[in-house]
Amino acid sequence: MSLSLQDVQRIAHLARIRVDETEAAGYQAQLNGIFGLIEEMQAVDTTGILPMSHAQDLSQRLRADVISEPDRRVAFQAVAPQVENGLYLVPKVIE
Amino acid sequence: MTDTIKHLSTLLAEGKASSVELCQDYLGRIERLNPALNAFITVDAEKTLTEAAAADTRRASGQAGPLTGVPIAHKDIFCAEGWLTTCGSKMLSNFVSPYDAHVIEQFKAAGMPCLGKTNMDEFAMGSSNETSYYGPVRNPWDTDRVPGGSSGGSAAAVAGRLAPAATGTDTGGSIRQPAALTGITGLKPTYGVVSRYGMIAFASSLDQAGPMARTAEDCALLLNVMSGFDARDSTSLERAKEDYARDLMQPLAGLKIGLPLEFFGEGLTGDTARAVEEAIALLKKLGAQPVAVSLPNSKLSVAAYYVLAPAEASSNLSRFDGVRYGYRTPDYRDLTDLYEKTRAEGFGSEVKRRIMIGAYVLSHGYYDAYYLQAQKLRRLIAQDFVEAFRQCDVILGPTAPTTAFKLGEKTADPVEMYLSDIYTIAVNLAGLPGMSLPCGFDAQGLPIGLQLIGDYFAEARMLNAAHQYQLASGWHTRAPTL
Repeated sequence: MSLSLQDVQRIAHLARIRVDETEAAGYQAQLNGIFGLIEEMQAVDTTGILPMSHAQDLSQRLRADVISEPDRRVAFQAVAPQVENGLYLVPKVIE
Repeated sequence: MTDTIKHLSTLLAEGKASSVELCQDYLGRIERLNPALNAFITVDAEKTLTEAAAADTRRASGQAGPLTGVPIAHKDIFCAEGWLTTCGSKMLSNFVSPYDAHVIEQFKAAGMPCLGKTNMDEFAMGSSNETSYYGPVRNPWDTDRVPGGSSGGSAAAVAGRLAPAATGTDTGGSIRQPAALTGITGLKPTYGVVSRYGMIAFASSLDQAGPMARTAEDCALLLNVMSGFDARDSTSLERAKEDYARDLMQPLAGLKIGLPLEFFGEGLTGDTARAVEEAIALLKKLGAQPVAVSLPNSKLSVAAYYVLAPAEASSNLSRFDGVRYGYRTPDYRDLTDLYEKTRAEGFGSEVKRRIMIGAYVLSHGYYDAYYLQAQKLRRLIAQDFVEAFRQCDVILGPTAPTTAFKLGEKTADPVEMYLSDIYTIAVNLAGLPGMSLPCGFDAQGLPIGLQLIGDYFAEARMLNAAHQYQLASGWHTRAPTL
Protein backbone atom coordinates (compact mmCIF):
# COMPACT_ATOMS: atom_id res chain seq x y z
CA MET A 1 0.00 0.00 0.00
CA SER A 2 1.19 3.48 -0.77
CA LEU A 3 -0.52 6.76 0.10
CA SER A 4 -0.72 9.48 -2.54
CA LEU A 5 -0.47 13.17 -1.75
CA GLN A 6 -4.21 13.33 -2.28
CA ASP A 7 -4.71 10.57 0.31
CA VAL A 8 -2.60 12.54 2.79
CA GLN A 9 -4.75 15.64 2.27
CA ARG A 10 -7.94 13.59 2.65
CA ILE A 11 -6.71 12.04 5.92
CA ALA A 12 -5.57 15.43 7.21
CA HIS A 13 -9.02 16.82 6.54
CA LEU A 14 -10.66 13.84 8.28
CA ALA A 15 -8.42 14.60 11.27
CA ARG A 16 -9.15 18.34 11.01
CA ILE A 17 -5.48 19.23 10.75
CA ARG A 18 -4.40 21.82 8.17
CA VAL A 19 -1.49 20.46 6.12
CA ASP A 20 0.13 22.61 3.44
CA GLU A 21 1.73 21.21 0.28
CA THR A 22 5.31 21.14 1.55
CA GLU A 23 4.27 19.41 4.77
CA ALA A 24 2.12 16.93 2.84
CA ALA A 25 5.14 15.53 1.01
CA GLY A 26 6.94 14.96 4.32
CA TYR A 27 3.92 13.26 5.89
CA GLN A 28 3.49 11.13 2.77
CA ALA A 29 6.98 9.63 3.13
CA GLN A 30 6.69 9.15 6.92
CA LEU A 31 3.18 7.68 6.85
CA ASN A 32 4.18 5.28 4.08
CA GLY A 33 7.12 4.16 6.19
CA ILE A 34 4.83 3.53 9.16
CA PHE A 35 2.31 1.68 7.00
CA GLY A 36 5.22 -0.44 5.74
CA LEU A 37 5.73 -1.55 9.35
CA ILE A 38 2.01 -2.11 9.88
CA GLU A 39 1.62 -4.19 6.68
CA GLU A 40 3.36 -7.21 8.24
CA MET A 41 0.07 -7.81 10.06
CA GLN A 42 -1.60 -8.76 6.83
CA ALA A 43 0.43 -11.95 6.43
CA VAL A 44 -1.19 -13.52 9.51
CA ASP A 45 -4.24 -15.73 9.09
CA THR A 46 -6.69 -14.64 11.77
CA THR A 47 -9.72 -16.62 10.60
CA GLY A 48 -11.90 -17.49 13.56
CA ILE A 49 -10.00 -15.27 16.04
CA LEU A 50 -12.22 -13.03 18.12
CA PRO A 51 -11.07 -9.38 18.10
CA MET A 52 -9.79 -8.17 21.48
CA SER A 53 -10.76 -4.58 22.24
CA HIS A 54 -9.73 -4.57 25.84
CA ALA A 55 -7.35 -6.15 28.33
CA GLN A 56 -10.09 -7.09 30.79
CA ASP A 57 -13.34 -8.69 29.62
CA LEU A 58 -15.57 -6.26 31.47
CA SER A 59 -19.13 -5.20 30.98
CA GLN A 60 -20.01 -1.55 31.29
CA ARG A 61 -20.70 -0.58 34.88
CA LEU A 62 -24.02 1.23 35.41
CA ARG A 63 -24.91 3.71 38.11
CA ALA A 64 -28.13 5.17 39.46
CA ASP A 65 -29.52 8.04 37.38
CA VAL A 66 -28.87 10.73 39.98
CA ILE A 67 -26.94 14.00 39.88
CA SER A 68 -23.51 13.25 41.33
CA GLU A 69 -21.37 16.13 40.08
CA PRO A 70 -21.35 19.60 41.62
CA ASP A 71 -21.83 22.62 39.34
CA ARG A 72 -18.31 23.84 38.49
CA ARG A 73 -19.14 25.70 35.31
CA VAL A 74 -17.31 28.87 36.31
CA ALA A 75 -14.07 27.00 37.06
CA PHE A 76 -14.26 24.93 33.88
CA GLN A 77 -15.08 27.90 31.67
CA ALA A 78 -12.23 29.92 33.17
CA VAL A 79 -9.83 27.87 31.01
CA ALA A 80 -11.84 28.25 27.77
CA PRO A 81 -10.50 30.43 24.93
CA GLN A 82 -13.70 32.48 24.63
CA VAL A 83 -16.91 32.49 26.66
CA GLU A 84 -19.83 34.86 27.10
CA ASN A 85 -22.77 34.59 29.52
CA GLY A 86 -21.75 31.02 30.35
CA LEU A 87 -21.61 29.98 26.70
CA TYR A 88 -18.60 28.86 24.64
CA LEU A 89 -18.11 31.12 21.64
CA VAL A 90 -17.33 29.74 18.17
CA PRO A 91 -17.59 31.32 14.71
CA LYS A 92 -21.11 31.53 13.34
CA VAL A 93 -22.22 28.15 11.89
CA ILE A 94 -25.75 28.99 10.73
CA GLU A 95 -26.41 32.02 8.56
CA MET B 1 20.75 4.00 50.19
CA THR B 2 19.90 7.31 51.78
CA ASP B 3 17.46 8.66 49.24
CA THR B 4 14.82 5.96 48.89
CA ILE B 5 11.33 6.92 49.94
CA LYS B 6 11.53 4.03 52.41
CA HIS B 7 14.50 5.73 54.07
CA LEU B 8 12.97 9.23 53.88
CA SER B 9 9.78 7.98 55.53
CA THR B 10 11.90 6.57 58.40
CA LEU B 11 13.70 9.91 58.83
CA LEU B 12 10.33 11.66 59.05
CA ALA B 13 8.88 9.10 61.44
CA GLU B 14 11.92 9.38 63.74
CA GLY B 15 11.77 13.17 63.65
CA LYS B 16 15.24 13.41 62.07
CA ALA B 17 13.93 15.52 59.20
CA SER B 18 10.83 17.51 58.39
CA SER B 19 8.95 17.46 55.11
CA VAL B 20 9.80 21.15 54.64
CA GLU B 21 13.52 20.35 54.97
CA LEU B 22 13.32 17.44 52.54
CA CYS B 23 11.39 19.53 50.01
CA GLN B 24 13.86 22.41 50.34
CA ASP B 25 16.75 20.00 49.62
CA TYR B 26 15.07 18.64 46.48
CA LEU B 27 13.94 22.10 45.30
CA GLY B 28 17.56 23.22 45.66
CA ARG B 29 18.77 20.32 43.53
CA ILE B 30 16.07 21.07 40.96
CA GLU B 31 17.11 24.71 40.81
CA ARG B 32 20.74 23.71 40.33
CA LEU B 33 20.38 20.76 37.95
CA ASN B 34 17.15 21.26 36.02
CA PRO B 35 18.61 23.83 33.58
CA ALA B 36 20.92 21.09 32.26
CA LEU B 37 18.40 18.22 32.35
CA ASN B 38 15.07 19.95 31.54
CA ALA B 39 13.29 17.26 33.54
CA PHE B 40 10.62 19.62 34.89
CA ILE B 41 8.13 21.75 32.99
CA THR B 42 6.69 23.45 36.08
CA VAL B 43 8.21 24.00 39.52
CA ASP B 44 6.38 26.05 42.14
CA ALA B 45 8.40 26.14 45.37
CA GLU B 46 5.74 28.02 47.27
CA LYS B 47 3.05 25.43 46.52
CA THR B 48 5.43 22.58 47.36
CA LEU B 49 6.47 24.11 50.67
CA THR B 50 2.87 24.84 51.64
CA GLU B 51 2.03 21.17 51.08
CA ALA B 52 5.16 20.16 53.00
CA ALA B 53 4.24 22.38 55.95
CA ALA B 54 0.75 20.83 55.98
CA ALA B 55 2.36 17.37 56.03
CA ASP B 56 4.54 18.35 58.98
CA THR B 57 1.46 19.68 60.85
CA ARG B 58 -0.36 16.43 60.09
CA ARG B 59 2.54 14.40 61.46
CA ALA B 60 2.73 16.58 64.59
CA SER B 61 -0.94 15.89 65.25
CA GLY B 62 -0.37 12.14 65.03
CA GLN B 63 -2.32 11.73 61.78
CA ALA B 64 0.58 10.75 59.50
CA GLY B 65 0.39 7.82 57.12
CA PRO B 66 3.50 5.80 56.14
CA LEU B 67 4.58 8.23 53.40
CA THR B 68 3.25 11.54 54.76
CA GLY B 69 5.78 14.28 54.04
CA VAL B 70 7.77 12.34 51.41
CA PRO B 71 7.86 14.47 48.24
CA ILE B 72 7.11 13.17 44.75
CA ALA B 73 7.13 14.64 41.22
CA HIS B 74 4.24 14.09 38.82
CA LYS B 75 4.32 13.55 35.08
CA ASP B 76 2.66 16.51 33.38
CA ILE B 77 -0.04 14.18 32.02
CA PHE B 78 -1.84 14.20 35.40
CA CYS B 79 -4.32 17.01 35.96
CA ALA B 80 -3.48 18.71 39.27
CA GLU B 81 -5.75 21.50 40.50
CA GLY B 82 -4.10 24.91 40.24
CA TRP B 83 -1.04 23.54 38.42
CA LEU B 84 -0.23 24.16 34.78
CA THR B 85 -0.91 20.77 33.13
CA THR B 86 0.51 20.74 29.59
CA CYS B 87 0.94 17.08 28.59
CA GLY B 88 4.12 18.35 26.88
CA SER B 89 2.06 20.16 24.24
CA LYS B 90 1.57 23.69 22.96
CA MET B 91 -2.11 22.69 22.81
CA LEU B 92 -2.29 22.75 26.63
CA SER B 93 0.45 25.32 27.24
CA ASN B 94 -2.10 27.61 28.94
CA PHE B 95 -4.13 24.94 30.75
CA VAL B 96 -4.24 25.35 34.52
CA SER B 97 -6.22 22.32 35.62
CA PRO B 98 -9.44 23.03 37.53
CA TYR B 99 -9.44 19.52 39.08
CA ASP B 100 -7.26 16.68 40.36
CA ALA B 101 -6.68 13.32 38.71
CA HIS B 102 -7.51 10.34 40.95
CA VAL B 103 -3.78 9.57 41.20
CA ILE B 104 -3.13 13.13 42.43
CA GLU B 105 -6.00 12.87 44.95
CA GLN B 106 -4.46 9.65 46.30
CA PHE B 107 -1.02 11.23 46.78
CA LYS B 108 -2.61 14.29 48.40
CA ALA B 109 -4.58 12.04 50.75
CA ALA B 110 -1.32 10.28 51.65
CA GLY B 111 0.18 13.71 52.44
CA MET B 112 2.92 13.56 49.80
CA PRO B 113 3.92 17.06 48.58
CA CYS B 114 4.24 17.63 44.82
CA LEU B 115 7.76 18.72 43.76
CA GLY B 116 6.61 19.80 40.31
CA LYS B 117 5.34 18.58 36.97
CA THR B 118 7.78 16.61 34.83
CA ASN B 119 8.56 16.92 31.14
CA MET B 120 7.31 14.27 28.74
CA ASP B 121 6.87 13.46 25.07
CA GLU B 122 3.92 15.41 23.67
CA PHE B 123 0.71 13.59 24.68
CA ALA B 124 2.97 10.68 25.73
CA MET B 125 3.78 9.91 22.08
CA GLY B 126 7.48 9.18 21.84
CA SER B 127 10.33 7.03 23.13
CA SER B 128 13.02 9.67 23.64
CA ASN B 129 11.32 12.73 25.16
CA GLU B 130 12.28 14.69 22.05
CA THR B 131 8.69 15.42 20.96
CA SER B 132 7.97 17.69 23.96
CA TYR B 133 6.93 21.27 23.16
CA TYR B 134 9.13 22.20 26.14
CA GLY B 135 12.28 20.76 24.60
CA PRO B 136 14.06 17.46 25.08
CA VAL B 137 14.99 16.02 28.46
CA ARG B 138 18.63 15.01 28.85
CA ASN B 139 19.85 11.78 30.38
CA PRO B 140 21.68 12.40 33.70
CA TRP B 141 24.21 9.67 32.81
CA ASP B 142 25.23 11.51 29.63
CA THR B 143 23.53 14.78 28.76
CA ASP B 144 24.15 14.23 25.03
CA ARG B 145 21.78 11.29 25.25
CA VAL B 146 18.00 10.87 25.61
CA PRO B 147 16.39 9.58 28.82
CA GLY B 148 13.84 7.51 26.85
CA GLY B 149 10.17 8.33 26.81
CA SER B 150 7.51 9.17 27.12
CA SER B 151 8.00 9.54 30.92
CA GLY B 152 11.50 10.91 30.29
CA GLY B 153 11.24 13.86 32.67
CA SER B 154 10.14 11.64 35.55
CA ALA B 155 12.95 9.17 34.77
CA ALA B 156 15.63 11.88 34.57
CA ALA B 157 14.34 13.55 37.76
CA VAL B 158 14.59 10.30 39.74
CA ALA B 159 17.91 9.23 38.18
CA GLY B 160 19.45 12.68 38.76
CA ARG B 161 18.19 12.75 42.38
CA LEU B 162 15.97 15.77 41.68
CA ALA B 163 13.12 13.77 43.22
CA PRO B 164 13.05 10.57 45.27
CA ALA B 165 10.19 9.23 43.14
CA ALA B 166 7.85 10.25 40.34
CA THR B 167 4.71 9.12 38.62
CA GLY B 168 4.70 7.92 35.03
CA THR B 169 2.31 6.45 32.50
CA ASP B 170 2.89 3.51 30.19
CA THR B 171 0.94 2.93 26.96
CA GLY B 172 3.60 0.98 25.05
CA GLY B 173 6.60 1.11 27.39
CA SER B 174 6.62 4.74 28.56
CA ILE B 175 7.52 3.88 32.19
CA ARG B 176 9.74 0.84 31.59
CA GLN B 177 11.86 2.05 28.66
CA PRO B 178 12.89 5.40 30.26
CA ALA B 179 13.47 3.57 33.58
CA ALA B 180 15.86 1.25 31.72
CA LEU B 181 17.65 4.08 29.94
CA THR B 182 18.20 6.06 33.14
CA GLY B 183 19.01 3.22 35.56
CA ILE B 184 15.95 3.44 37.81
CA THR B 185 13.09 1.10 38.74
CA GLY B 186 9.67 1.62 37.15
CA LEU B 187 6.47 -0.38 37.22
CA LYS B 188 3.40 -0.56 35.00
CA PRO B 189 0.54 -2.25 36.87
CA THR B 190 -2.11 -4.59 35.47
CA TYR B 191 -4.52 -2.58 33.31
CA GLY B 192 -7.32 -1.27 35.53
CA VAL B 193 -5.42 -1.26 38.85
CA VAL B 194 -4.79 2.52 38.78
CA SER B 195 -7.60 4.90 37.79
CA ARG B 196 -7.18 6.86 34.57
CA TYR B 197 -9.48 9.67 35.79
CA GLY B 198 -7.75 12.99 35.15
CA MET B 199 -4.85 11.36 33.33
CA ILE B 200 -4.87 12.89 29.86
CA ALA B 201 -5.84 10.06 27.50
CA PHE B 202 -3.62 8.74 24.71
CA ALA B 203 -4.83 5.17 23.98
CA SER B 204 -7.46 4.38 26.58
CA SER B 205 -7.38 0.58 26.34
CA LEU B 206 -3.60 0.57 26.93
CA ASP B 207 -2.81 3.60 29.17
CA GLN B 208 -1.85 2.77 32.74
CA ALA B 209 -0.13 4.87 35.40
CA GLY B 210 2.61 3.58 37.67
CA PRO B 211 5.50 4.52 39.98
CA MET B 212 9.11 5.34 39.05
CA ALA B 213 11.64 5.22 41.88
CA ARG B 214 15.02 3.90 43.01
CA THR B 215 13.94 0.47 44.18
CA ALA B 216 11.31 -2.21 43.77
CA GLU B 217 10.39 -1.71 47.43
CA ASP B 218 9.69 1.99 46.80
CA CYS B 219 7.57 1.06 43.79
CA ALA B 220 5.53 -1.30 45.99
CA LEU B 221 4.94 1.44 48.59
CA LEU B 222 3.94 3.94 45.91
CA LEU B 223 1.61 1.48 44.18
CA ASN B 224 -0.11 1.03 47.54
CA VAL B 225 -0.94 4.75 47.36
CA MET B 226 -1.81 5.00 43.65
CA SER B 227 -3.97 1.91 43.20
CA GLY B 228 -7.62 1.53 44.07
CA PHE B 229 -11.09 1.53 42.62
CA ASP B 230 -12.49 4.77 41.22
CA ALA B 231 -16.01 4.88 39.82
CA ARG B 232 -15.09 7.78 37.51
CA ASP B 233 -12.93 5.49 35.33
CA SER B 234 -15.20 2.96 33.65
CA THR B 235 -12.29 0.49 33.38
CA SER B 236 -11.15 0.83 37.00
CA LEU B 237 -11.33 -2.61 38.59
CA GLU B 238 -13.38 -3.23 41.73
CA ARG B 239 -10.88 -5.22 43.76
CA ALA B 240 -10.00 -5.25 47.44
CA LYS B 241 -7.03 -3.00 48.31
CA GLU B 242 -3.87 -5.07 48.56
CA ASP B 243 -0.45 -4.52 50.10
CA TYR B 244 2.00 -4.77 47.22
CA ALA B 245 4.92 -4.96 49.65
CA ARG B 246 3.61 -8.05 51.44
CA ASP B 247 5.77 -10.61 49.60
CA LEU B 248 9.00 -8.63 49.23
CA MET B 249 10.91 -10.81 51.68
CA GLN B 250 9.74 -14.18 50.35
CA PRO B 251 12.68 -16.39 49.29
CA LEU B 252 12.91 -17.09 45.54
CA ALA B 253 13.47 -20.84 45.92
CA GLY B 254 11.37 -22.60 43.32
CA LEU B 255 10.30 -19.41 41.52
CA LYS B 256 9.90 -20.30 37.85
CA ILE B 257 11.27 -17.61 35.57
CA GLY B 258 10.08 -17.79 31.98
CA LEU B 259 12.62 -16.81 29.32
CA PRO B 260 10.83 -16.14 26.02
CA LEU B 261 12.84 -17.47 23.06
CA GLU B 262 11.75 -14.42 21.08
CA PHE B 263 13.39 -12.00 23.57
CA PHE B 264 16.77 -13.68 23.31
CA GLY B 265 17.04 -13.83 19.52
CA GLU B 266 19.12 -11.94 17.00
CA GLY B 267 17.99 -8.49 18.19
CA LEU B 268 19.64 -8.92 21.58
CA THR B 269 23.34 -8.31 21.44
CA GLY B 270 26.43 -7.08 23.18
CA ASP B 271 26.35 -5.62 26.66
CA THR B 272 22.56 -5.85 27.03
CA ALA B 273 22.61 -9.60 26.30
CA ARG B 274 25.49 -10.10 28.75
CA ALA B 275 23.84 -8.08 31.54
CA VAL B 276 20.53 -9.95 31.19
CA GLU B 277 22.37 -13.31 31.23
CA GLU B 278 24.18 -12.25 34.41
CA ALA B 279 20.87 -11.30 36.01
CA ILE B 280 19.48 -14.75 35.18
CA ALA B 281 22.57 -16.36 36.73
CA LEU B 282 22.13 -14.33 39.93
CA LEU B 283 18.44 -15.20 40.19
CA LYS B 284 19.37 -18.88 39.74
CA LYS B 285 21.80 -18.53 42.66
CA LEU B 286 18.88 -17.18 44.70
CA GLY B 287 16.94 -20.35 43.96
CA ALA B 288 14.91 -19.35 40.92
CA GLN B 289 14.51 -21.81 38.11
CA PRO B 290 14.68 -20.65 34.46
CA VAL B 291 12.11 -22.17 32.09
CA ALA B 292 12.06 -21.72 28.31
CA VAL B 293 8.77 -20.25 27.09
CA SER B 294 7.60 -18.90 23.76
CA LEU B 295 5.65 -15.81 22.73
CA PRO B 296 5.42 -16.57 18.99
CA ASN B 297 3.13 -13.65 18.15
CA SER B 298 5.02 -11.00 20.10
CA LYS B 299 6.92 -10.04 16.93
CA LEU B 300 3.62 -8.65 15.60
CA SER B 301 3.05 -6.42 18.61
CA VAL B 302 4.71 -3.28 17.21
CA ALA B 303 2.61 -3.49 14.03
CA ALA B 304 -0.66 -4.11 15.91
CA TYR B 305 0.16 -1.35 18.39
CA TYR B 306 0.75 1.24 15.66
CA VAL B 307 -2.79 0.60 14.44
CA LEU B 308 -4.59 0.38 17.79
CA ALA B 309 -2.85 3.19 19.69
CA PRO B 310 -3.15 5.79 16.89
CA ALA B 311 -6.78 4.78 16.30
CA GLU B 312 -7.63 5.38 19.95
CA ALA B 313 -5.51 8.54 19.99
CA SER B 314 -7.26 10.03 16.95
CA SER B 315 -10.53 9.65 18.80
CA ASN B 316 -9.23 10.85 22.20
CA LEU B 317 -7.42 13.89 20.80
CA SER B 318 -10.44 15.08 18.83
CA ARG B 319 -11.39 16.93 22.05
CA PHE B 320 -8.62 19.46 21.41
CA ASP B 321 -10.51 21.74 19.08
CA GLY B 322 -9.86 25.23 20.44
CA VAL B 323 -13.33 25.57 21.95
CA ARG B 324 -13.44 24.42 25.58
CA TYR B 325 -9.85 24.60 26.78
CA GLY B 326 -6.29 24.97 25.59
CA TYR B 327 -4.83 26.71 22.60
CA ARG B 328 -6.90 28.47 19.95
CA THR B 329 -5.44 29.87 16.72
CA PRO B 330 -5.57 33.68 16.72
CA ASP B 331 -6.72 33.89 13.13
CA TYR B 332 -9.66 31.97 11.60
CA ARG B 333 -12.43 32.35 9.06
CA ASP B 334 -15.08 29.82 10.07
CA LEU B 335 -15.51 26.84 12.39
CA THR B 336 -13.66 24.30 10.20
CA ASP B 337 -10.86 26.80 9.73
CA LEU B 338 -10.75 27.29 13.51
CA TYR B 339 -10.46 23.52 14.10
CA GLU B 340 -7.90 22.88 11.37
CA LYS B 341 -5.60 25.77 12.20
CA THR B 342 -5.85 25.27 15.98
CA ARG B 343 -4.83 21.63 15.58
CA ALA B 344 -2.15 22.35 12.96
CA GLU B 345 -0.55 24.96 15.23
CA GLY B 346 -1.23 23.31 18.60
CA PHE B 347 0.05 19.78 17.88
CA GLY B 348 3.63 18.78 17.06
CA SER B 349 4.47 16.57 14.09
CA GLU B 350 4.62 13.20 15.91
CA VAL B 351 1.15 13.75 17.36
CA LYS B 352 -0.18 14.79 13.95
CA ARG B 353 1.33 11.70 12.32
CA ARG B 354 -0.37 9.42 14.84
CA ILE B 355 -3.73 11.18 14.60
CA MET B 356 -3.56 10.82 10.82
CA ILE B 357 -2.68 7.11 10.99
CA GLY B 358 -5.60 6.65 13.37
CA ALA B 359 -8.02 8.57 11.19
CA TYR B 360 -6.96 6.47 8.19
CA VAL B 361 -7.21 3.01 9.80
CA LEU B 362 -10.67 3.86 11.13
CA SER B 363 -11.90 5.36 7.86
CA HIS B 364 -14.45 3.80 5.56
CA GLY B 365 -13.17 0.75 3.69
CA TYR B 366 -10.06 0.22 5.83
CA TYR B 367 -11.51 -0.70 9.21
CA ASP B 368 -11.49 -4.49 8.71
CA ALA B 369 -8.04 -4.63 7.13
CA TYR B 370 -6.37 -2.59 9.85
CA TYR B 371 -8.28 -2.00 13.06
CA LEU B 372 -10.10 -5.34 13.22
CA GLN B 373 -7.04 -7.30 12.09
CA ALA B 374 -4.94 -5.56 14.78
CA GLN B 375 -7.53 -6.44 17.44
CA LYS B 376 -7.36 -10.08 16.37
CA LEU B 377 -3.58 -10.04 16.63
CA ARG B 378 -3.96 -8.48 20.04
CA ARG B 379 -5.86 -11.58 21.15
CA LEU B 380 -3.16 -13.90 19.74
CA ILE B 381 -0.46 -11.89 21.54
CA ALA B 382 -2.39 -12.00 24.84
CA GLN B 383 -3.05 -15.75 24.49
CA ASP B 384 0.68 -16.39 24.14
CA PHE B 385 1.16 -14.93 27.63
CA VAL B 386 -1.67 -17.06 29.06
CA GLU B 387 0.11 -20.15 27.69
CA ALA B 388 3.50 -18.98 28.97
CA PHE B 389 2.20 -18.34 32.50
CA ARG B 390 1.05 -21.99 32.68
CA GLN B 391 4.77 -22.83 32.85
CA CYS B 392 6.24 -19.99 34.90
CA ASP B 393 5.56 -17.38 37.62
CA VAL B 394 7.37 -14.40 36.15
CA ILE B 395 8.68 -13.68 32.64
CA LEU B 396 12.11 -12.09 32.23
CA GLY B 397 13.89 -10.36 29.38
CA PRO B 398 15.52 -7.11 28.35
CA THR B 399 13.50 -3.87 28.63
CA ALA B 400 14.96 -2.14 25.58
CA PRO B 401 17.09 -3.33 22.66
CA THR B 402 19.75 -0.65 23.26
CA THR B 403 20.99 1.65 26.01
CA ALA B 404 20.35 5.41 25.82
CA PHE B 405 20.91 6.78 22.31
CA LYS B 406 22.11 10.23 21.30
CA LEU B 407 19.71 13.16 20.93
CA GLY B 408 18.61 13.41 17.32
CA GLU B 409 19.83 9.91 16.47
CA LYS B 410 16.38 8.48 15.74
CA THR B 411 14.24 11.55 15.10
CA ALA B 412 14.46 11.40 11.31
CA ASP B 413 12.84 7.98 11.02
CA PRO B 414 9.68 7.38 13.11
CA VAL B 415 9.81 3.63 12.43
CA GLU B 416 13.30 3.29 13.93
CA MET B 417 12.10 5.17 17.02
CA TYR B 418 9.04 2.90 17.32
CA LEU B 419 11.31 -0.18 17.50
CA SER B 420 12.72 1.11 20.84
CA ASP B 421 9.61 -0.39 22.42
CA ILE B 422 9.85 -3.82 20.80
CA TYR B 423 10.09 -5.68 24.15
CA THR B 424 7.53 -3.63 26.07
CA ILE B 425 4.51 -3.19 23.78
CA ALA B 426 3.16 -6.76 23.97
CA VAL B 427 2.70 -6.33 27.75
CA ASN B 428 0.37 -3.34 27.20
CA LEU B 429 -1.61 -5.16 24.51
CA ALA B 430 -2.17 -8.06 26.92
CA GLY B 431 -2.84 -5.69 29.87
CA LEU B 432 -0.26 -7.41 32.11
CA PRO B 433 1.95 -5.83 34.80
CA GLY B 434 5.59 -5.25 33.89
CA MET B 435 8.59 -3.50 35.36
CA SER B 436 12.13 -2.49 34.57
CA LEU B 437 15.06 -2.52 36.99
CA PRO B 438 18.75 -1.79 36.56
CA CYS B 439 20.90 -4.86 35.77
CA GLY B 440 24.25 -3.43 34.71
CA PHE B 441 26.06 -0.93 32.53
CA ASP B 442 27.39 -0.99 28.99
CA ALA B 443 30.97 -0.21 27.94
CA GLN B 444 30.11 3.49 27.80
CA GLY B 445 28.81 3.51 31.37
CA LEU B 446 25.15 3.68 30.41
CA PRO B 447 22.56 1.76 32.45
CA ILE B 448 20.90 -1.42 31.16
CA GLY B 449 17.34 -2.41 32.13
CA LEU B 450 15.98 -5.83 33.04
CA GLN B 451 12.29 -6.38 32.36
CA LEU B 452 10.06 -8.56 34.51
CA ILE B 453 6.50 -9.35 33.42
CA GLY B 454 3.94 -10.71 35.85
CA ASP B 455 0.67 -12.55 35.37
CA TYR B 456 -2.54 -10.52 35.80
CA PHE B 457 -2.66 -9.01 39.32
CA ALA B 458 0.64 -10.69 40.25
CA GLU B 459 2.44 -7.39 40.96
CA ALA B 460 3.40 -8.58 44.46
CA ARG B 461 5.11 -11.71 43.04
CA MET B 462 6.97 -9.66 40.43
CA LEU B 463 8.04 -7.10 43.07
CA ASN B 464 9.23 -9.96 45.29
CA ALA B 465 11.57 -11.19 42.53
CA ALA B 466 12.75 -7.63 41.82
CA HIS B 467 13.38 -6.83 45.51
CA GLN B 468 15.32 -10.04 46.14
CA TYR B 469 17.38 -9.33 43.01
CA GLN B 470 18.12 -5.81 44.28
CA LEU B 471 19.13 -7.10 47.72
CA ALA B 472 21.68 -9.35 46.00
CA SER B 473 22.88 -6.96 43.29
CA GLY B 474 23.94 -3.35 43.63
CA TRP B 475 23.07 -1.85 40.26
CA HIS B 476 20.12 0.19 41.51
CA THR B 477 22.33 2.02 44.04
CA ARG B 478 24.59 3.56 41.36
CA ALA B 479 24.01 7.25 40.71
CA PRO B 480 25.29 9.50 37.94
CA THR B 481 27.74 12.29 38.83
CA LEU B 482 26.08 15.64 38.25
